[in-house]
Amino acid sequence: MSHTVMQYLLAAIVVLPLAGAVAALLPAPPGLKGRSPEQAVLRHGVTVTGAVLALSIALAAGFDHGSPARMQATTDISWIPALNIRIHLGVDGVSLPLLVLTALLTFLCALYSYFKQQHQRLTPRASGPSPKAFVALLLVLESGTLATFAVLDLMLFFLAFEMVLIPMYFLIARWGGEGRERAAWRFILYTLLGSVVMLLGLLLVGIKGGTFDMVALATDNGSKLSHTTQLVAVLAIGIGLAVKAPMWPLHSWLPDAHTAAPTVGSVLLAGVLLKMGTYGFVRIVLPIAPDGAHTFAPYLAAFAAVGIIYGSLVCLSLARKGAKGDLKRLIAYSSVGHMGFVLLGIATLTPTGVNGALFANIAHGLITGLLFFLVGAVKDRYGTSDLDALSGRTGAALYGKAPRLGGLLAFGAVASLGLPGLAGFWGEMLAMFGAFRPAEGLSRPAFLTFMALAGFGTLLTAAYMLVVVRRVCMGGDGGSTRPQTAGAAENAPTDVLSYEFAAWTPLVALTVLAGLWPAALLGLTDPAVQQLLRGGN
Amino acid sequence: MGSLIQSVDWLAIAPPTVTAVVALVVLVADLFLPEGRKPLLGRISVAGLLLAGLSLLFLLDGDRSTFCLTGVSGRDACSYTADHFTLVIQLLVLGGALLTALLSISAVRDQRLPEGEFWFLLLSSAAGAALLPASRDLATLVVALEVASLPAFALVGMRRGDRRSSEAALKFFLSSVTATAVTLLGVSFVYAATGTLHLTEVAAKLADVDPRLDTLAQAGVALTLVGFAFKTAAVPFHFWVPDTYVGAPLPVAAYLSVIGKAVGFTGLILVTVVAFPSYAEVWAPALAVLAALTMTAGNVAALRQRPERAHSAVRLLAWSSVGQAGYLLVPIAAAGYADDPAHAIGSTVAYALMYAAVNLGAFAVAALVARTSPRNRITDYRGLYARRPLAALAMGFFLLCLAGLPPGIIGLFAKVTVFRAAVDAGLGWLAVVMALNVVIALYYYLQWTAILFRPAEEAAAETPAPVRIPLPLGAAIALAAVAGIALSGAPQLVLRFASGTLL
Repeated sequence: MSHTVMQYLLAAIVVLPLAGAVAALLPAPPGLKGRSPEQAVLRHGVTVTGAVLALSIALAAGFDHGSPARMQATTDISWIPALNIRIHLGVDGVSLPLLVLTALLTFLCALYSYFKQQHQRLTPRASGPSPKAFVALLLVLESGTLATFAVLDLMLFFLAFEMVLIPMYFLIARWGGEGRERAAWRFILYTLLGSVVMLLGLLLVGIKGGTFDMVALATDNGSKLSHTTQLVAVLAIGIGLAVKAPMWPLHSWLPDAHTAAPTVGSVLLAGVLLKMGTYGFVRIVLPIAPDGAHTFAPYLAAFAAVGIIYGSLVCLSLARKGAKGDLKRLIAYSSVGHMGFVLLGIATLTPTGVNGALFANIAHGLITGLLFFLVGAVKDRYGTSDLDALSGRTGAALYGKAPRLGGLLAFGAVASLGLPGLAGFWGEMLAMFGAFRPAEGLSRPAFLTFMALAGFGTLLTAAYMLVVVRRVCMGGDGGSTRPQTAGAAENAPTDVLSYEFAAWTPLVALTVLAGLWPAALLGLTDPAVQQLLRGGN
Repeated sequence: MGSLIQSVDWLAIAPPTVTAVVALVVLVADLFLPEGRKPLLGRISVAGLLLAGLSLLFLLDGDRSTFCLTGVSGRDACSYTADHFTLVIQLLVLGGALLTALLSISAVRDQRLPEGEFWFLLLSSAAGAALLPASRDLATLVVALEVASLPAFALVGMRRGDRRSSEAALKFFLSSVTATAVTLLGVSFVYAATGTLHLTEVAAKLADVDPRLDTLAQAGVALTLVGFAFKTAAVPFHFWVPDTYVGAPLPVAAYLSVIGKAVGFTGLILVTVVAFPSYAEVWAPALAVLAALTMTAGNVAALRQRPERAHSAVRLLAWSSVGQAGYLLVPIAAAGYADDPAHAIGSTVAYALMYAAVNLGAFAVAALVARTSPRNRITDYRGLYARRPLAALAMGFFLLCLAGLPPGIIGLFAKVTVFRAAVDAGLGWLAVVMALNVVIALYYYLQWTAILFRPAEEAAAETPAPVRIPLPLGAAIALAAVAGIALSGAPQLVLRFASGTLL
C-alpha cells in the first residue's frame, strides 16, 4: 500500500472514534433509528469500533513486515510552532500490535454491550444511565488509547495519555458497582498526580533536548542530555508511567478501580490502559534517556519482583476459603503480578527482556480481558463475584451447571498462570530469561535474585489460579443445585450465550495462536526493540 | 518649534475613546429614557464595546503613537502608543468587558441594579483599562489605573441595601486607595531621581542615575510596583479579594477577576520592563517571590474552601484567581533575568488571554446557577449535567482549562509556556513551586468538575424545572466556550505571543 494511504489509515484510526463519539451524542439520523434510541446508539458504537478495527487490520496488512523497525505511515505536521509541538504520528513493530489489540478489545466490548442490551431488553431491569454517554465515552477512550500508541511527540503523548482518564473516570463512577465513586476518584487522583510528575519530566527532556519529537530524541539516544538531566527525567517520567502500569507500591488505585468498574471498563482498563504505562517505558524512557534508565533499572526490577510476589500473595489470600475475596479484585491483583513481569523484562534493558515484556503485554491484554469478561458474566448470573458466596461450602460447580462457562474460565486461568502453549507463557519466560543475563553493567547477582523471585511468583500464580478453578468450576454435584445465599440464582445459571461466544472467541483464538506461534509477534517487535535499545528511531 | 496645537492621532486612541464616549452617551440617555426602556442602555453598551473592539482592526500595523514630545534628547517620547502589546491587551480588556456586559444584562434586571449608573461605571472602567496598556508615561499610567479602579469601587457597592455589598466596597476602596497612594509616592521618587515621566526616558535616565539619588530611585521603583501588585491581587495585597467578590454583583466579580488583573499586570509589565529595566535586580527577585507566595496562598486557600458553605463557588473562584495571578507574575519576574525581556512577558500575555476567556466563562456559568440557587454553593452544582447538560459541559471545560488538563489543551500549554519562561530565566525553584501549585489546584478544580456530573440528590431532584437561559447569558457562555475550544484546537493563536516580541 502506498505511503499516503497508510498515512490516512493511521490518522483515521485515531480520529474516527472521536468523530464517532460526537456523533453518538447527536440524535440518530432517520433510517438509523433502530428499534429504540438505546439500541441505535449501541449499534453505532459497534459500527464505529468495527470500522476502526477494520482500518487497523488494514494498517497491519499494509505494514511493511520486512522492516518493522522503521516508522511507517508517518504524518508530521506543525501544530504549535511557539512550543515546537508537532502532530507526528507513526507506527512501528512495537506499537502496531498494541494498536490492533486496542481496536480489537474495544470492538469486542462494544459488541458485548450491544448484545447484552438486546438480551436484557427481554428481561427488563432497572435502567441505568443512558447508553448514549456510555458509547461516547467508550469511543473517546478508544481514541485516546490509540493515540497514545500512535503519536511520536512527547506533548501529544501526554495529551493522549490524559485523554483516557476522563472517560475511564465516568465509566467507573457512573456505570460501576459498589463503592464506585470513591474508586473512580482514587483512580483519577493517582493517575493524574502521576502524570503531572511525568509532564515535568517530559518538559525537562523537551527543553534540554531541544525538541519534543520522540524519533529525533531517540536518535540522539540521550547524547544531548546530561547525566543529571537523564536521572531526573527518568525518575519523573518513570513515576508517571509506573502509576499507570502499575508498579508496586504505586498500584493501590488498581484493585478498587477494577472491582468497581463495569465489565467493559475492567476489560479495557486491564487490557489496554495498563499497557500505556509499559509502552511509555519502552518508547520514551529506554531510548531517550538510556543513562538514566541504566541507573534506575535495578530499582525498577526490584519493585517489579516485589510486585510479582506481592500480587500473587494477595491473590492467594483472596482465594482462601472465608476470605470474602472478590473475583474481580483477585484478577486485578493478578494483573499487578503480571505487569511485574512486563516491568522486569523492561528493566533488564536487553532485547530478550524487552521483547518478552512486549509479548507479555499483549498476552496479558488478551487473557485478562477474557478473564474480566468471564467474571463479569459470572457476576451477571449470580449477582455477586464474591468467591465465598459463589462457591458456598463445596464449590460453585460451574463445570456441572454451565460447562462452557466453566471450561472457558478454566482456560483463562490456565492461560494466565503461564501454561506453555498459551500466550501467557512466552512473555514471562522471555522476561525471566532476560533477567538471567541482564544488559552489560547491570548487577547480575541482583537480577538473578529477581529472576528467582519471579520464578517463585509463577508458582504462586499457578497455586491461586488452580484454587480459583477448584472453587468456582468444581465442587458439589452438578445435578442438584441448592441456593447457597440469598440473592443467588435459584436455578442453574444459563450457560454461555451465543453473543458471549462471539465476543470471547477471538480472545481465546488469539491466546492459543500467540502461544503456538510466538514468532508472529516477536518478529514484529524484535527489530524495533533492537533499534530502540541501540538508539535511533 | 512647530505649532502649539498638538496633532492627535484620533484613530490610534479610538479604542478607549469610543468606550468613554459611549459611557457618556449612556449616562445622558439614562436621563431621558422612561423606566420601561432602560434595557436599551445595556444594548447600547454592548454595541459600544463591539465598536471599540472593531476599531482595533484599523490599528493592526501596531506602529502608531500620539501625544509625543518631539526633539527631546533626539528621541520621540510618546505618552500613547498603539503597538502590538497595546492591541493585544486592549483586545483582552474590550473582549472581557463585552462578556461582562453580556453577563450583566440579566443580572442588572434581576437584581434591580440602577441601569444608567451601572453601565456608565462599567464602560468608564473599561475605558480606563483600555487606556492603560497604551500609556507610556507614569502620569497617564496612574490616571488610567485610577479611571479603571474608581468606577469599580462603586460597582462593587452597587447592591443597594445589601450590607455585605457596601462592606465589600469599603474594604476594596480603602485598601486600593492606600496602594495607589504608595504608588504615587513611588512615582514622585522616580520623578525626583530622573526628572521625567515618560517610560522610555525614565529607563534611559535610570541607567546612569546620580549615585547620591540611587537609594531614592530604588525606593521609587519598589513603591511604584505596589499599586499594580494590588490590582493583580498579589500577596500581600490579596485579602480584599474573596469578600469583595462575594459582596459584589457576580458580573462585577467576573470583571474584577479578569480586567482588574489585566490592568494590574499590564501596568507591572510597562513599569518593570519598559521603565525600570536597569533596576531588574530590585524588582525581579521581588516579583519572583511575590509570584511564588501569591500562587501558594491562593491555591491553598482555595483548597480549604468547604463546598457546602454559602457562596463557596464564588469564593473558590476568587481564591483560584489569586492563584492564577501568581502564574501571571512568573514570566514578568523571569523577564528581569532574561536577556530578552519582551520575549518572556509574551507568556504572561498568552496566559492572560486564555485565563480571561475561561475565567469569564466559569463566572458566566456561576451566574447561571446563581439564578436558581442564590446561595451559590459548590454543592448546588451537583447534578448540573442532568439539569443543563450544555452548561455543565462548558463549566467542566472551563475548570479543566483553568486546571490545565486535557481537553482544556490551551490551559495546559499556556501553563507550559509560563513554566518554560521560568526555566529559561534560570528560576528553577519558581518552576518547582509552580508545578506543586498546579497539582494543588488540580484537586479542587477536579473535585468541582466531578460534582457537576454526579447525579443530583433526591431532595434536589424536586427543584423547579429549569427556566430558560436568558439570551445574553447564554451568548456569554457560548462565546467563552467557543473561544476556549478554538484556542484548544489552535493554541498557536495566543501562544505565538509567547514566541514573538510584543513590546
